[in-house]
Amino acid sequence: MNNENMQAIVERPSDEEQHHPMEDLLRMDRMPHIWCPGCGLGSCLTAFVEGLIKADVNFDKVAVVSGIGCTGRVAGYIKLDSYHTTHGRAIPFATGMKLANRDLTVVVFSGDGDLFAIGGNHLIHAARRNVDINVICVNNFIYGMTGGQNAPTTPLKAYSSTAPYGNYEQPFNLVGVAAASGASYVARWTALHLRRLTDSIAEAANKKGFCFIEIVSPCATVFARRNMGGTGLDLLKEFQKRSIIDHSADPTKIPIDMDGKIICGEFINEDKPTFWENVQSGIKSKVEKEVEWEEMQRKLRQKVTKKSKSME
Amino acid sequence: MFKQSKLYGEFFMQGDIACAEGALSVGCRFFGGYPITPASEIAERMAFRLPLLDGVFIQFEDEIASMSSILGASWAGVKSMTATSGPGVSLMLENIGLGMMMEVPCVVVNVQRGSPSTGLPTSWGQADMMQARWGSHGDYGSISLCPKSPQEFFDLTIVAFNYAEKYRLPVFILSDAIVGHMTEKVVIPPVEEIKLVERKYTKKKPKDYLPYEVVEDLIPEFAKAGDGYRYHTTGLTHDERGYPVMTEECQKICVTRLVEKIKKHADEIIMLEERDIDDADVVVVAYGITARTVVPAIEKAKKKGIKVGLLRLITVWPFPEKRIRKLAQKVKGFVVPEINLGQIVLEVERCAAKYVTTKSITHPGGGIHNFNDIIKAIEEVAYE
Repeated sequence: MNNENMQAIVERPSDEEQHHPMEDLLRMDRMPHIWCPGCGLGSCLTAFVEGLIKADVNFDKVAVVSGIGCTGRVAGYIKLDSYHTTHGRAIPFATGMKLANRDLTVVVFSGDGDLFAIGGNHLIHAARRNVDINVICVNNFIYGMTGGQNAPTTPLKAYSSTAPYGNYEQPFNLVGVAAASGASYVARWTALHLRRLTDSIAEAANKKGFCFIEIVSPCATVFARRNMGGTGLDLLKEFQKRSIIDHSADPTKIPIDMDGKIICGEFINEDKPTFWENVQSGIKSKVEKEVEWEEMQRKLRQKVTKKSKSME
Repeated sequence: MFKQSKLYGEFFMQGDIACAEGALSVGCRFFGGYPITPASEIAERMAFRLPLLDGVFIQFEDEIASMSSILGASWAGVKSMTATSGPGVSLMLENIGLGMMMEVPCVVVNVQRGSPSTGLPTSWGQADMMQARWGSHGDYGSISLCPKSPQEFFDLTIVAFNYAEKYRLPVFILSDAIVGHMTEKVVIPPVEEIKLVERKYTKKKPKDYLPYEVVEDLIPEFAKAGDGYRYHTTGLTHDERGYPVMTEECQKICVTRLVEKIKKHADEIIMLEERDIDDADVVVVAYGITARTVVPAIEKAKKKGIKVGLLRLITVWPFPEKRIRKLAQKVKGFVVPEINLGQIVLEVERCAAKYVTTKSITHPGGGIHNFNDIIKAIEEVAYE
């Protein structure tokens, strides 16, 4: 078969005709992005966009809130109402936004350092309140943008630029923290489980209550290289080898370490009253009583005024 | 449920409560806060009243979350507020900076107490004056209002919201524990008599909309979340599209505008109360509760034959430079009493330095000025 026939079989669109399948939801004028080659964030963002499409949400009503760091840049690349806020404070920002306009689908998309170190307090409290927001946390075990320092997720013995002799701090088990704090939906996937991750994101988008999804993702530049002498791809291969899916696992008992299994799955998916539902049910009868009382007072005042006028 | 505040008439009301009622009458429907003396009553009142008005009250885990949440609520198009005291503001400052950079309308009430650190929680001070201006890192223009009574706490809360909406920034109300906890007559007008300023919502098509367009009045049009504009906003230095641009040129345009938009409108923002200023030899510059404590001293000095006037700063930031400079050219000097060890006096000095001297009467907090100290200072300046 000669080249001419090849062209006849595979018709390629011209450069002008070519477009990215997610063009409508990405800020193409900001491409190329700043993420390193081999980073898992591209896959995470793709899964997020596909998840939203699958969930069939109204894109005009979706707000994406990020904190700081590599994952924090997601807000800047997605073509929705997007807010790139301060370090660790994306969750309360999103909480305010959701409570002020309950029609919005508010998604916090940020990294493990942002959400669990400086923002840890906000995360556990938002989960406790069961605020109706979705939190997608990309866990790459390290502080990427600031140059590979220790994160609250860095496994024991892993090297980082602030743990030159190996990390001696016990890491957080993110799904465990979210579940123990009261989240309505808790799942963990790696950046390889794209279909399942997309499904989880779609599920969370339409689910009420606090939804938490951890994505275990490779940091090629400062984690893989420092700890394995390899690339992001090597780390992905490692994830492939080590991850198993077990939906029935207890999320509080599945920490991630340097060489053990990475248990993935949808661990919690339950319906319980959200913060706003509790507010509504809590205040409704009391407010009605308050209104009744005010009405009674008003009538009483009228009576008194009438009386005093008639006495005049 | 009610859609509007039904409260109006004359009340015997605490300052903090008046502040909460002021916010409600101007349409504040989101309050995120954390309890702290002497500002807790504002949160408590909001917790009671907001559900009656279809509003949202939420007590957060800390002040950082509170400040962050009101920015989010404001982006969703709801007038929002938080109230705290000195240590709380210290925690909020990073996100106040974010509010300045993103240009988010909201109100931060600081009912000041003795400081620094935990200081005097149940006692008063005025030592956060400079913090309100320069607290967050970086350059930005800011607005701070200083009430002297519960009535003014009510009125200025309304003004603060109107300024926040108009100029798109977090506006400070710098009260203090005395005004916050003082109970006096407060007149609340009917809702329809309250002047409301709404933010400039854009009418442009989403494709033409630039969230940080440099316009004539330097205040960009606002688009709230969920309206289909799909804009981006960030705390990073950004261009007109709201996209991060890390260049010298962009920093210049972005940050200069934040400062200039307040400078440009300073004359409309500044509110002053002047008493017996025209023929005065000595002008006492005071604000907040101090402006009331100095009045008997001024009266006594007048009886002694000294021509002394009072210039009360209702707006502390932006500082009324023009007015002070003009006064400095004809008076003998200024006396600046304040419940801190000399903060606003620096500004007065800066404006008056070329012409006359300024005398600072300080008080570390926990009390108010001794009457005689002020008379002595007025005499010193008058007979210098």
